[in-house]
Amino acid sequence: MNTLVETITNGDIILEFSYLLAAIFFVVGLKLLSHPESARKGNLWAAAGMLLAMITTMFLYRGGPEMTGIKTPNLLIIIGAIAVGSVAGALIARRVKMTAMPQLVSLFNASGGAASALVALIEYSNPENSSALVTLLGLAIGSIAFSGSMIAYGKLDGKIKDIFAKWMTYINLLFLASVIFLVVFIMITGLPVETKQVLVYILLLVALIYGISFVMPIGGADMPVVISLLNSLTGIAAAMGGFIYQNQAMILGGIFVGAAGMILTLLMCKAMNRSLINVIVGAFGGGGAGLDREAGVIKEVSLSDAAVLLSYSSKVVIVPGYGLAVAQAQHVCNEMVKLLEDKGVEVKFAIHPVAGRMPGHMNVLLAEADVPYEQLVEMDDINPEMPNTDVVVVIGANDVVNPAALDDPSSPIYGMPIIRTHEAKNVIVMKRGMGKGYAAIENFLFYDDKTRMLFGNAKDSLQKLVSEIKSL
Amino acid sequence: MEAILQFFYSNKEAIFIIALTIFLGLEVISNVPSVLHTPLMSGANAISGVIIIGGIILVGHADLENLKAGSNLLNLILGIFALLFGTLNVVGGFVVTDRMLEMFKKKKK
Repeated sequence: MNTLVETITNGDIILEFSYLLAAIFFVVGLKLLSHPESARKGNLWAAAGMLLAMITTMFLYRGGPEMTGIKTPNLLIIIGAIAVGSVAGALIARRVKMTAMPQLVSLFNASGGAASALVALIEYSNPENSSALVTLLGLAIGSIAFSGSMIAYGKLDGKIKDIFAKWMTYINLLFLASVIFLVVFIMITGLPVETKQVLVYILLLVALIYGISFVMPIGGADMPVVISLLNSLTGIAAAMGGFIYQNQAMILGGIFVGAAGMILTLLMCKAMNRSLINVIVGAFGGGGAGLDREAGVIKEVSLSDAAVLLSYSSKVVIVPGYGLAVAQAQHVCNEMVKLLEDKGVEVKFAIHPVAGRMPGHMNVLLAEADVPYEQLVEMDDINPEMPNTDVVVVIGANDVVNPAALDDPSSPIYGMPIIRTHEAKNVIVMKRGMGKGYAAIENFLFYDDKTRMLFGNAKDSLQKLVSEIKSL
Repeated sequence: MEAILQFFYSNKEAIFIIALTIFLGLEVISNVPSVLHTPLMSGANAISGVIIIGGIILVGHADLENLKAGSNLLNLILGIFALLFGTLNVVGGFVVTDRMLEMFKKKKK
């Protein structure tokens, strides 16, 4: 930022070197995080990198017109704020129930976005800041990430319902265009500084509103995509902050997270066979797809029949979905699995990439219930085993097992890879009622001859099923 | 347009870093098993709290002696909030990731 040639002190060199180390720690950390055996170590590496960069910045950073270090009173305020933030963050992260994990990740992401937006907002009026473009981008992206993540948080926490209307797509495009227009206009206009400052506040406001309106209509199986996208945006906003300070650790860390988040986002999109644009614009919404097909009859199953069927099978596959998380039935589900295994039944879990509300949601949920992760099988690996499976138990999943995705070109989810439960010998579907899944389309699996329905809350049903199996 | 070209020229090193980092990100993250999607996202999320460095620099150079002048006080308060939010993101993110991974670990025995 400061273009004056200054004498470089040892402190400056150590500081820059510590940023280099921090950046390497981030990369190594994330690399280790992507393998099950080393994941925990990776997280610690990344945390160590962050701690290093924070400490060296506090004690070695020099800035301002006279290139002074951080004075003691300022340092005390910084340490105070960090202490408060750390205690709050650690407490929240420790106390919150594992089932509230998706909300929590969104909430932390929102706070990161807010921090980026605030830094950019303050730096915009700093006369030493010569990079208005990145500052405006940081402000806009940080604000979108903040308000969007707050809405995602509200939705995952059940406080906000999905609102979808066709016109919202156009409103969203309008907001997005306004954000881009404002950034460009502030950059090129010759208006006085005071007027520009007002425009910056308007930009902040419009970006916040866009964040809300962009996440509002998205829900259900699209949620993992959005969460991951918002995560990526926070990284990019942080990188913009890095440009303001010419800080390589911030730039690298931010872009790295942005790129990683984007890849995860595209991975989720691929799992649904949809483009990112399609998810954001929101193409789901029922319609008359496949309505002309013979619906057939829904057949219910009694608890005792279900218990007998499961106990005398040799191979059972459980397909968990969001319903399992909502009912918090993961523990009782594992209890049933243990009982069945004691009877010599082979039990596996089939995990669809977008089951639940965030990437890998089912894995975390079942891990909390002590299900060994070797027992969790990914979609592509479990599908060939389906024809030899005696019973598939679908718990609170719907669209990810809908055969219409395979054979009905008029279906909105046509082309999405699914878990081929309809190829198994028997299917038991646990559902609260005959409601449709997020995509609001009929699921003909439920009308299949070999399908039996077990209505009710997943936790209650599983509990009854467990006692039924015990009494056999 | 000129501003953008100017920006490119004066930040050419950083833009090189960005271009290479994107590839690095692709390389490091591709082929992650779905078991690790949540912890990976959560860990990456914590790293994006690196904006906290910006918060430290901001508050570190806030003029405490002339708080009444201009928007110094407002900037200080906003800066403190940036620090608070940033720390929440960093500490909360790393702790929650560790907690998730701890659960995965336990099962291995």
